[in-house]
Amino acid sequence: MEITDKLVSYVAELAHLKLDDAQRAQAAQDLARMIGYVDQLRELDTEGVEPMSHAFPVVNVFREDEVKESMDRELILQNAPAKKDGCFLVPRTVE
Amino acid sequence: MELFDLTALELGAKIKKREIGVVEVTRACLDRIGEQEKTVHAFITVTPELALARAEAVQRGIDDGTYAGPLAGVPMAIKDLISTKGVATTCASKMLEHYVPVFDATVTKKLVAAGAVCLGKTNMDEFAMGSTTESSYFGVTRNPWNTARVPGGSSGGSAAAVAAREVFYALGSDTGGSIRQPASFCGVTGIKPTYGAVSRYGLLAYASSLDQIGPLTIDALDAAAVTRTIMGRDEMDATSVDVPLPGMPAGDDLTGLRVGVPEDYFGEGLAVDVRARVMEAAKQLETLGATLVPVRMPILDYAIPAYYILACAEASSNLSRYDGVKYGYRPEHFEDLHDLYLTARSEGFGAEVKRRIMLGAFALSSGYYDAYYNKALRVKALMKQGFDRCFEQADLLITPAAPTTAYALGAHTDDPIQMYLGDIYTVSVNMAGLPGMVVPCGFDGEGLPVGAQLIGPAFGEGNLFRAAHAYQLHTAFHRQYPGKKEG
Amino acid sequence: MATYEMVIGLEVHVELATRTKIFCGCTTRFGGAPNTHTCPVCTGMPGTLPVVNRKVVEFAIAAGLATNCEITRRNKFDRKNYFYPDLPKAYQVSQLYLPICRNGHVDISTSAGDKSIGIHEIHMEEDAGKLMHDPWIDQTMVDYNRCGVPLLEIVSEPDMRSAEEVIAYLTKLRQTLQYLGVSDCKMQEGSLRADVNLSVRPVGQTAFGTRTEMKNLNSFKAIGRAIEGEFRRQVELIEDGGRVLQQTRRWDDNKGASFAMRSKENAQDYRYFPEPDLPPMEISEDWIAQVRAREPELAEAKIGRYQREFALTAYDARILTDEKPIADLFEAATALCAKPKEAGSWIMGEMMALMKEKQVLAESLMLDPAALAQIVTLVDGGKLSRQSAREVFAYAFDGGTDVAGYVKAHGLEIVADDSAYEAILAEVLARCEKDVAAYKAGNPKVFGFLVGQAMKALKGKADPKKVGELLRKALGE
Repeated sequence: MEITDKLVSYVAELAHLKLDDAQRAQAAQDLARMIGYVDQLRELDTEGVEPMSHAFPVVNVFREDEVKESMDRELILQNAPAKKDGCFLVPRTVE
Repeated sequence: MELFDLTALELGAKIKKREIGVVEVTRACLDRIGEQEKTVHAFITVTPELALARAEAVQRGIDDGTYAGPLAGVPMAIKDLISTKGVATTCASKMLEHYVPVFDATVTKKLVAAGAVCLGKTNMDEFAMGSTTESSYFGVTRNPWNTARVPGGSSGGSAAAVAAREVFYALGSDTGGSIRQPASFCGVTGIKPTYGAVSRYGLLAYASSLDQIGPLTIDALDAAAVTRTIMGRDEMDATSVDVPLPGMPAGDDLTGLRVGVPEDYFGEGLAVDVRARVMEAAKQLETLGATLVPVRMPILDYAIPAYYILACAEASSNLSRYDGVKYGYRPEHFEDLHDLYLTARSEGFGAEVKRRIMLGAFALSSGYYDAYYNKALRVKALMKQGFDRCFEQADLLITPAAPTTAYALGAHTDDPIQMYLGDIYTVSVNMAGLPGMVVPCGFDGEGLPVGAQLIGPAFGEGNLFRAAHAYQLHTAFHRQYPGKKEG
Repeated sequence: MATYEMVIGLEVHVELATRTKIFCGCTTRFGGAPNTHTCPVCTGMPGTLPVVNRKVVEFAIAAGLATNCEITRRNKFDRKNYFYPDLPKAYQVSQLYLPICRNGHVDISTSAGDKSIGIHEIHMEEDAGKLMHDPWIDQTMVDYNRCGVPLLEIVSEPDMRSAEEVIAYLTKLRQTLQYLGVSDCKMQEGSLRADVNLSVRPVGQTAFGTRTEMKNLNSFKAIGRAIEGEFRRQVELIEDGGRVLQQTRRWDDNKGASFAMRSKENAQDYRYFPEPDLPPMEISEDWIAQVRAREPELAEAKIGRYQREFALTAYDARILTDEKPIADLFEAATALCAKPKEAGSWIMGEMMALMKEKQVLAESLMLDPAALAQIVTLVDGGKLSRQSAREVFAYAFDGGTDVAGYVKAHGLEIVADDSAYEAILAEVLARCEKDVAAYKAGNPKVFGFLVGQAMKALKGKADPKKVGELLRKALGE
C-alpha cells in the first residue's frame, strides 16, 4: 500500500494535528512502518482467536443510580483557558 | 546508620520508634534533592513548603495514632502523570504545563491516608511515550549511576529519584515497560502489578488497556508494602478488580518454586553482560531451593508490533481531549475553532506524542480497523495464551528487563526503532495483563546496573515478592546507590 | 410521469429518566445553572474514568422487551471519536458493534391499515453538552450539564411510507416509553429527539433512492411538515433531472424549508473501537426475566381491561390510555369513587378542554385523583350541580385538593332542605301568576320556564330534579 501525501493529510486531520514538511515526511515513514508491523502480524495465524480487549474475564461492573454531589463550578472551570458566565468559551461553532 | 542507607520500611520503623522525626527526614531529603537535582533532574516540580507542612501534620498524626502504618512519614515522589490535587500534573508536556488537578488520583488518596510525605512530581517521557525520559518538555533526567546515560523511561524521573536516594520510593506507571526498564537501568526495584490490581482513576491515560501504576523502591519488602497500600478495587475504575492482598514476603526458602526460563528472551540482541547477570540471578534462585524449568514463548517477537498498534490506537483516542478548550495549553493566535484545535495540539504536543497519535489514528481509521487494531487484539489473546501455557509448568518466569544497560543520552534520537525494540522483554507482559517485577542483579563491565525481570501469572504478586525478597536476602545489589559511603 | 413513494427511517434519541448520568453520579435534573451538574468524569478531565449506571442498562432492556427486540446477551460500549466542543473527551461512548437490543418492531394503525415498523437496533450512549452562541463576543459558550445524560438511540428500519405512519410510530414509541417510565419523552425539553432519514423512489421500484437526514425537528407537527417538504423537494429535483445528494439538512419550521448543513464532515471517520475502560456486559436470562416482570401494564392491555372492567367503549378507553399520566389519574380516581364512566367523562371533557386552553401537558397535570373522585361523588350524590361542579373542577385542575372546603367557602352546596325550596317556589309562583295560570290552562312548556325561574332564584345551587318534583307538588299535582 502506498503512503500518499493525501493519506498523511487525511490522518493528520483525523488527529487534528498540523504538521510541517519535516513532520509530514516523518509521518509518512511512520505509517509505512506501521504497515510493516501489520504485515508482520499477518504471519501469525489468529483464525478462531477472539480479539481480547480485557485480559481478565470481568463483566457487569455497575454503579447504582444514586445522586452524588456535583463538583463546585469554580473547580470545574479552574483550569479553563477561557470562560464566561460559568461556561467554557470557544470560538464560534459552525452549525 | 546513614539515613540514605535505609529502606522505606526501615525508615518507617525508625520514625515509629521516634528515633527520627518526619520533619527532620523530609528536610534531609529536600536538601539532598537540592544537591542532586543539578545533575540528575529527576523532578519536574518539587514542593518544599507543602512537603514540610505535610511532614508536620504527619508527625502529629503519628503521635496521635492516626497514621499507624509502616510507611507513615516516609518521603516519596509521584510520577507527573498521576493527579495530585493542587499540585501541577504536567505529563512532562507543554500541553499541561500549567494544569493543576482539582482532585487526587485514587492512589494519591491511599498514600496520603497511609501517611506518605510527597516531595514532588517526577520527570517522565511526555505523556509516558518513550523509554528514555528524553522527550520531556522540561529537559532530560540523567542516570545517577552515570550522568551521560539515560535513566530509562517513561518513569525515568521516579527511578532516578530513588536511585539517587532523593526519596525512599516513588510511584511510576507502566504501559510497555515504563517502570521495569528504568528500574533496571537505575538499579532499583520496581513492579508493574497485574492489570486491574491498582486503580487507574486519576492516572492520565496513555493506553487504557495496558497502563498500570506501580512503585519503584529500594527493595522487595518496600515494593510489597507500597503495592499493598495502593492496590484494591476502586468504585471509580471499572477495570479495577477485588483481590486479596499479597502477603509480605518472609524468609529465603524457595523450595517448591518453579522458575521458568524462557529461551526466547535470551536470544540475539541481548548484551553479554546482561545475559550473564540475569542467568546468575536465576542460579541464585536455584540455590535458594527453586527449580529452573525451560519454557517457550515463541511469539515474543510479535509483541512489539501488536503493542504499538494497540498502544498508539488507544493513545490517539485518550489524547484527543487535549484541545485547548477545558484545560491545558491554548495558543495566543488562532483563526477559528478548527484552527484552535490544530494549533493547540500541534504546539502543545512534542514530536513523539504527535507521531504516536498519527499512528493510532491511522490504525483505527475506517478500512484499516479490522486488519490493524482487531488483529492486534487477537495477537494479544495469543500472547496471554502463550503465558498461560508457560505457567502450567512454572510459577514465575525470569527474564532480562531490557536487552542492554543504560545507553547514552541522545543515542537513539535518530533511530527510534532501536528504542522501540528495547521494549521487547517488557511489552508482552502488559499485553497479557500480568505482573512484572524487576530486581537489581548486578552491574555490567562499565558499572551500569542490570535488572532481572520476574513475571508472574495474573495476581501472582505474592510469589514475585517472595522470590525477589529471598534473592535480596542473599545479594546486596539493591543496597547500592551512587555515592554511597562504603564502610 | 412516475408516481413516487417516500421511504422513511427514523433515528430517535430519548433521554432516560434515571436520577444520575450514565457514567457518573451527577444528577440528570433538567435546568440548573451552567456547569453545576458536573464533575471531573462528565467534563472529561484528565485521568477520569466511566462507570456504568446499572439503571441505564435496565431501562434499555425494558425498552427492548416492550418493542419486541432481541436482547444482545453479551454487549459492550465503543468509542466514537470526533472533535467538537460539546464533547469533552473528544469521543462519545456509544455502542456500535454490539448494541443491547436488535430486531424488534412497533405495531401501528393508520388510515392505510395496520402495520409493523421494524426496529433495527437500540443502543445506549451518552449525551453531549450544550452550546450557546454569544453574539456580543461572537464566541460560543459551553455548558456540560447535559453531558453524560444517558440516551437510548432507537433506529428503525426504513419501513415508513407516509408522514402519517411516522407520526403513528413516534406516538406509539413515545407512549410505550412513557408507560415504561423509561423516559418522559418531552420533545420540547429535548428528552425525545427525532432525525428523519428520507428517500424517494418510483412506486414499484425495490432499490432505495439516496437518502437525506433531517434534523432540528422540534414537534410532531414540524416532523409532518418536514416530511412533506422534503418529499416534494426530492421529487422535484429528480423530475428536473437532478440527483439527490446524501446530506444532512436542517429543517426550518418558520420558513417551511430545509437547508443543507455545512458539511460538518459528512463522511466522518469515527474510528470506532471497543471502550477499554469498561468491561463488557452479560445480560442473564434471570435479569431479563426480572425486567420483564416489572413491566407495567401497557396501553394496549389497559384498553382491553377498561372495556371489560369498566364497560367503557373502545373509543373512550383509547383516549384515556393515550398518555400514562391520564390513565393513572383515571384509574386512581375510579378506585376512589367507583364511577368510571363519570370519572372518564370529566377527564375526556372538562379536563382535556382545560388542558388545551391552558396549554397543560399530561405530564404536568396537577389534578389530584382524590379531588376528582370527590367531585364525581358529590355530583352523583346530588350534592353539587353540574354547573357548580365545573367551577370546583377548575379549582382542582389548578392543584386544589380541598374540594369540600372550596364548596363550602363558595357556598356551592346544593340546597338540600325542602323548606328552602318551598319558600323559593312560593315566591316564584307568586311572582309568576300569569305563567302558572297558563300552565294550568294546559301549556306544558311553561313548566320548564318555572323551573328555570326557580333555579335562577336558587342561584343554580339546586337539584333541578328536586325543583321539578316540589314544583309539581306546589302546583298541586
